[in-house]
Amino acid sequence: MLHRLSSSVSALGAQVIDMVLRLGYATRFMLLTLRQSTTCLMRPSLIVRELYYTGTLSMVIILVSGLFVGMVLALQGYQTLVTYGSESVLGVLVALSLVRELGPVIAALLFASRAGSAMTAEIGLMKATEQLAAMEMMAVDPIARVVAPRFWAGLLSMPLLAALFSAMGIFGGYIVGVVLIGVDEGSFWSQMQSAVDVREDILNGVIKSVVFGIAITWIALFEGYDAPPTAEGVSGATTRTVVTSSLAVLGLDFILTSFMFRGV
Amino acid sequence: MQRSMLDLWVGLFVIAGLAALVVLAFKVGNMSSTGAGETYSLQANFDNIGGLKPRAPVKSAGVVVGRVTRIEFNNDRFTAKVTLTINKAVQFPKDSTAAILTSGLLGEQYVGIDGGGDGEMFKAGDNIRLTQSAVVLEKLISQFMFDKAAQGQPNAQK
Repeated sequence: MLHRLSSSVSALGAQVIDMVLRLGYATRFMLLTLRQSTTCLMRPSLIVRELYYTGTLSMVIILVSGLFVGMVLALQGYQTLVTYGSESVLGVLVALSLVRELGPVIAALLFASRAGSAMTAEIGLMKATEQLAAMEMMAVDPIARVVAPRFWAGLLSMPLLAALFSAMGIFGGYIVGVVLIGVDEGSFWSQMQSAVDVREDILNGVIKSVVFGIAITWIALFEGYDAPPTAEGVSGATTRTVVTSSLAVLGLDFILTSFMFRGV
Repeated sequence: MQRSMLDLWVGLFVIAGLAALVVLAFKVGNMSSTGAGETYSLQANFDNIGGLKPRAPVKSAGVVVGRVTRIEFNNDRFTAKVTLTINKAVQFPKDSTAAILTSGLLGEQYVGIDGGGDGEMFKAGDNIRLTQSAVVLEKLISQFMFDKAAQGQPNAQK
């Protein structure tokens, strides 16, 4: 009995120690990536190639989902606002919720599952097929050549994708609210413009999306780099990337929001 | 994929993203109205500001001429010290009055400035002397009730 208890306690302890070890390794990996970034910053063509895969290819899903999210927001918002006779603030509702929250967060979740998982799978497979080891044999640092360009591409494309999402969502809200339901167009835009502050709302949204971009690419690259070099290992790492980065995005969003929008 | 095609698509993506940011800043945000451009600040002390918040508009004759930038408690006079940022192009005479008003029945509160007739204009950092506080509903109702009670007394004695 006592023996079983002690073994389960030690198993729990081993798990915690393993987690701390992995976190330490991940931090070291991140610092190493930042230190090895000079190579890819000197050769932007490496980043451009990754921008195509993380940014351009994510554009369609971001634009379409942004449009639908904006349309649903306008539809639902109208139902609630019309009971108080204040449907003229529909534009404010749609714009503020998109720019502050939904734009960065949903774009980040889509980015994690669209681009993050691909990053992990690619690097994990490179490791499994010993391409990374081959690079080291040729005196090419895989972190400088493979990891760092992906990190910078993710960091750059995330705010652009979030801005596209928000702009498309507001356009979707405009289509449903003004064109289909018939909210007054003038008050839709003018109330929105008087309520949305460039620094307070839009810039904070951009900051949020940059933080999410860093978190997602960091998790995705580390999981790929750390994946066991087997088929199961790579698939497990891909799943962990999506789960961990989605949780990280939502948790970070709460922390950032509580810092940024404190009862203004 | 070919090198030039790749660059083209990435370029398109970056342009679209930046365009979305510009649209957000100018069409959705208030970059085009006040917030940019030359401004100066004025101060006003109110006995009660009600629900006034920073960033609330400052209007004169219904036109937005500035924004509320800061609200503090003045512990010497037990009043609220409100800092207003006004467009440089708009000048007010020294005897102008500032009042806290409400747009609509349940709308947001804003600061309204009524221009006076003084020849001298406010300079940056000046204090608006004549102010009118926000209307507090409870005070209004109690005043109304006391008035009614005071009116009712002589009638009862008749």
